[in-house]
Amino acid sequence: MDKRQLERIDETLWRIAPKGGMRVPVIIFADEALIEEMDDKVAEQAINVTTLPGIVGACYVMPDAHWGYGFPIGGVAAFDPGEGGVVSAGGVGFDISCGVRTLETGLRRDHIEPVKKALAEALMSAVPVGVGSQGQIRLDDREMEAMLAGGAQWAVERGWGQPADLDRIEENGRMAGADPKQVSKKARQRQRQEMGTLGSGNHYLEVQEVERVFDPQAAAAFGLHEGDMVVTIHCGSRGLGHQIGTEFMKKMQKAAREAGIALPDRELACAPLDSPVGKSYLGAMRAGINCALANRQIITHLVRQVFSHFFPHADLRLIYDVSHNTCKQESHEIEGKRRQVYVHRKGATRAFGPGHPAIPGGFRQIGQPVIIGGSMGTASYILVGTREGEQKALSSACHGAGRRLSRRQAHKTWQGQRVVSDLEQQGVIVRSPSFRGVAEEAPGAYKDVDAVVRVADKAGLARLVARLRPLVCIKG
Amino acid sequence: MGGQDWEHFEHKADIGVRGFGETPAQAFAGAALALTAVVTDPSGVEAREKVEFELDRDDDGDLELLLVDFLNAVIYEMALRKMLFSRFEIRIDDDKLHAVLWGEPVDRQKHAPAVEVKGATYTELKVSEARPGRWVAQCVLDV
Repeated sequence: MDKRQLERIDETLWRIAPKGGMRVPVIIFADEALIEEMDDKVAEQAINVTTLPGIVGACYVMPDAHWGYGFPIGGVAAFDPGEGGVVSAGGVGFDISCGVRTLETGLRRDHIEPVKKALAEALMSAVPVGVGSQGQIRLDDREMEAMLAGGAQWAVERGWGQPADLDRIEENGRMAGADPKQVSKKARQRQRQEMGTLGSGNHYLEVQEVERVFDPQAAAAFGLHEGDMVVTIHCGSRGLGHQIGTEFMKKMQKAAREAGIALPDRELACAPLDSPVGKSYLGAMRAGINCALANRQIITHLVRQVFSHFFPHADLRLIYDVSHNTCKQESHEIEGKRRQVYVHRKGATRAFGPGHPAIPGGFRQIGQPVIIGGSMGTASYILVGTREGEQKALSSACHGAGRRLSRRQAHKTWQGQRVVSDLEQQGVIVRSPSFRGVAEEAPGAYKDVDAVVRVADKAGLARLVARLRPLVCIKG
Repeated sequence: MGGQDWEHFEHKADIGVRGFGETPAQAFAGAALALTAVVTDPSGVEAREKVEFELDRDDDGDLELLLVDFLNAVIYEMALRKMLFSRFEIRIDDDKLHAVLWGEPVDRQKHAPAVEVKGATYTELKVSEARPGRWVAQCVLDV
């Protein structure tokens, strides 16, 4: 990124002051190396976001940000309905409520090592992954409706999981305000065979070792200790979310025009929060969140079944489930005033600090667990939300490593089979239906996740708790 | 099949598809073939099953919005039917787009599908006549 347009505030904070049509500044969290690696398009897209009506605070850019569509991936922006604020389908993204959950297994590495390969094969056959895969679950119209309204709560009621899981999911496993009627027939049809499927791209299911604990108190509160084995699941709302995104992106082109909103980029299509299209999207998007929560819940159930086959006494407890493509109504103090705003987080994780009422009782005084998925074969992290995070970036943190090379470049640079055998030599078993898919997701195609979380920690967005190292990776 | 020229172009997180042709319809067909190529090598997809759809042109004659609608309709058919398509016949009238797609169900062994396409975006969206008789239709896909 061209640094001349930026004002450097401190070691991890950069600012672009409002000018022209910008209503608020752009705030970027990055160190020197990450800012140099960041595409100029990220700044351009963040500046575009600041021109949208009703934006408050700033457009915040996370350290893993990269060029997206409309909003940068790793962008956070809040809108005040009282000031003509908008909601944008592009500000949430196609994969509504894409997110990560981590389960503690109670097992140690020496339990897993002897059965690592068999476990990988069993997970691969139990969890439908990749293009063209189908789930075992078929929902009729009534059940689809119940799923869209009930999320993970619905899944647990149907036997996919335990009631104790719900308290460890944002929104207690059920996004309030979902309006299934706003979800089109096409979106439902696209989902019919996809409940409990992982998807593809950067979605994965990993068995990981807690390799290092940085904050023993927080780690213990979350139930994590060095040497523990955990399972992490990264996926979203599947075809249903993609279809909702597609349809509302189109409806909002028209809605923005009718509301007289000048769009600097068509991808920023949006509608006033209090308009019919805005309300309809919120209802559909929340149903999409429920679909993602239900989906991760069903996959959790499948994973537990596999583990109980290998380890009859294993008890896989959910540590937490976070979503990183959402728009949520939250209360924040912005410029000295408490406001009810709609926070878009696109490729950014909510990171509430200690004491926030949305955090489960067990670790409310510690802060919310923030799970950062690494790329295939690299480390993942657990962080914890901080009190100062609200002032810094509306309680938001990064979500992953962020791409460094495009799929095309990655495909040209690496050979899938080679990536799999190299990782196996490093002790990571990778299973995927596609070697090309593996090449496109090669570890080197992503930024250094260690650098990204270091900046998030240093900037005070979230504090480092634990580093996770994969042993088994199932890739869609 | 002269119209089904296509290529991919760079986008950091995702990938761009670009089709060329003597008419907008041919360029659209090329972009759709480029979409299949994001998932698998199109030459390995047999054109043995036919799927048809029509789109109403509610785009005020805007070919760019129509391209996004069209690619999203193809993505929908791929997702719903779990199919891949390797031949496209597109006709664009004043009020409708007619599409005939040929392909086959996804076979994981045969096609080794690399990635699922979530949707077509308005990013780098362009439909234009680069020079007389040479149309280009392109946009970025979210994968």
